[in-house]
Amino acid sequence: MASSGPVSAPVADLVGAFTPAVFARHINANSTAHAWWLERKRAAYARFESLPMPSRTDEAWRFSTLAGVALGGYAPSPEGAAAATPPALAVESAATLSFVNGRLSGSSPVSADLAKRGVVVSTLSDALARHPGLLREHFMAQPQKLGSAKFAALHEAFIQDGAFIHVPRGVEVDKPIVVVHGASGAGAAVFPHTLVIAEDNSRVTVVDHFVSEGESRQFACGANDLYAGHGARITYAAAQCWSFETLSLQFNSTVVRRDARVQSLNLHLGGRQARHESLSQLQAPGGFSEMLALTIAAGSREYDQRTLQIHQAPNTKSDLLYKNALLDKSRTIFSGLIVVDPDAQKTDAYQSNRNLMLSDDAESNSLPGLEIQANDVRCTHGATSSRIDPEQEFYLKSRGIPPKAADELLIFGFFEEVLSRLESEALHDALRTLIRTRIQS
Amino acid sequence: MSSLEIKNLHVSTGDKEIVKGVTLTINTGEIHAVMGPNGTGKSTMAKAIAGHPDYIITEGDVLIDGKSILEKESDERAREGIFLAFQYPSEIPGVSIANFLRAAIQARMAEGEEIDASAYYKRLYQKMDLLKIDRKFTARAVNEGFSGGEKKRSEILQMAMLEPRFALMDETDSGLDIDALRIVSDGVNSLRGPNLGILLITHYQRLLSYIVPDHVHVMIDGRIVKSGDKSLALELEARGYDWVKHEFANA
Repeated sequence: MASSGPVSAPVADLVGAFTPAVFARHINANSTAHAWWLERKRAAYARFESLPMPSRTDEAWRFSTLAGVALGGYAPSPEGAAAATPPALAVESAATLSFVNGRLSGSSPVSADLAKRGVVVSTLSDALARHPGLLREHFMAQPQKLGSAKFAALHEAFIQDGAFIHVPRGVEVDKPIVVVHGASGAGAAVFPHTLVIAEDNSRVTVVDHFVSEGESRQFACGANDLYAGHGARITYAAAQCWSFETLSLQFNSTVVRRDARVQSLNLHLGGRQARHESLSQLQAPGGFSEMLALTIAAGSREYDQRTLQIHQAPNTKSDLLYKNALLDKSRTIFSGLIVVDPDAQKTDAYQSNRNLMLSDDAESNSLPGLEIQANDVRCTHGATSSRIDPEQEFYLKSRGIPPKAADELLIFGFFEEVLSRLESEALHDALRTLIRTRIQS
Repeated sequence: MSSLEIKNLHVSTGDKEIVKGVTLTINTGEIHAVMGPNGTGKSTMAKAIAGHPDYIITEGDVLIDGKSILEKESDERAREGIFLAFQYPSEIPGVSIANFLRAAIQARMAEGEEIDASAYYKRLYQKMDLLKIDRKFTARAVNEGFSGGEKKRSEILQMAMLEPRFALMDETDSGLDIDALRIVSDGVNSLRGPNLGILLITHYQRLLSYIVPDHVHVMIDGRIVKSGDKSLALELEARGYDWVKHEFANA
């Protein structure tokens, strides 16, 4: 008799390289850490172990290439062989932190003045000792609603270290704080993390820069938590430049309190298969979350973006604009949902996914969605996919611009609408340069 | 001196033959006007020479200094010195004129060579002043929201910056009021010189009182049926195209 009913997956498929023995070694190596931290890790590992891998019937993984997220063949956070500090972004910064395989490899502190005013830019392990309360309150404190609860648990179980940024009430940090997360070595699994806490009426810009050493196959399973207190303003930019052999899973959580404003821009420029989940919770009136993303999909790479804008209070605003430029045989998936709670009247929510098709063989998938339980709201969403007009292409070529340079020009033209929303011209320029380098590589 | 030779050129779009055997040689330093009623193949000829993929050259050849350019892609032809001033230039959203021209100039430089940004802007502003174009223009996206006159001035600005050997100007006068026509013509006249050959496509004599051609050709039904000097244009203005058509039919 042929078996038909559900068959439980073999354990190896569930945990891949991240076996109980490997986890035990990880805990042993970190046995001096805070007991609370180790307890969380154990609980997270148990969740990871028990949760199923995504399956074809999961709506949250619709269109994703599931074979690409298999967890075999990686070694969690080996010590970076060279431990070379990866190149930083070409922008003047207020402070920097660099990690290779989750271990601090370099840093430059905040100015004495900012330090005096209480600004903390440190590692999570430092923060565990000095600011345990803040960590307990904000570290991965939000629900995983976008399909990767299992991988978020893996992140929490194996996280080695990460960035902790705390800006006290009323303090403004003008220049960006730059965090570089490096991965080194074939098969390396890294768990980068950046936690940003901006207290009431503070202001800060944080840049996460993800880079691989060389072109080896790696696994990056990262998270970032952004918390904007009453009237605070966070600008967050992430440049994902992992190697083109890397599997990248990244989870973002943004909490926006009363009259706070968070602008986040995610650049997806690397990885073989990259999934990004972004959750914005507008928790109090006047909160505003601006969610931006730019993706260059080339080769046979896949970029999978899942977003959720939850309006939990009246008079809140969210504005999402995700733009993908697709070349060659690449694929993109965008699935976005706006949720408006029953008492979140006067919500103003916008969601737009635009795809520029630079190749006939590329494929973009868009799944925009709305779930509105209040009656006095303004919610708009839309998705478009457009090809390069052959007349535009001829126009560029007729000026002597070769096809590759023409594509670059058109991609920048397409991205400009998003890049120009960044207030800092220096950051805008640094990101442009980074994008150009990635296009030309 | 360079020459652009058009030899027995036949061009089709789809199944339809539009240009039916045009032979014409333009030397640098000369301005050739090609006149004719709408739909006689003037624009088709220009686009085919520039390498537009929709226009298929079925017979004949186009040569620069004796070498055929037909095997080359349109961007290579442009770098060889062909410039097409479009009748209806495309809009390129998000790409500023300054960046667009920079990319075009960069494409003409040797690998590894970089544009000197300050010299570039100096030259750009100089040409813009000449064409009475506001400097704020450089930050605007190429042709996006431009008026008809701005589009044509932008075409001439590009021509001035890219310094082609042969410019094919497709109905550059269409949609221009008299002031814009004067500015555009002044611009073209300032570029006139021993290193530039111009093929000026128009169906009005009006333009030719501002840009005085060395040679005038009349194109009807895909063929050049009559050639002469600038007086031919005046004659056409006075008598219309019918007498040429008639003469051609009787030939």
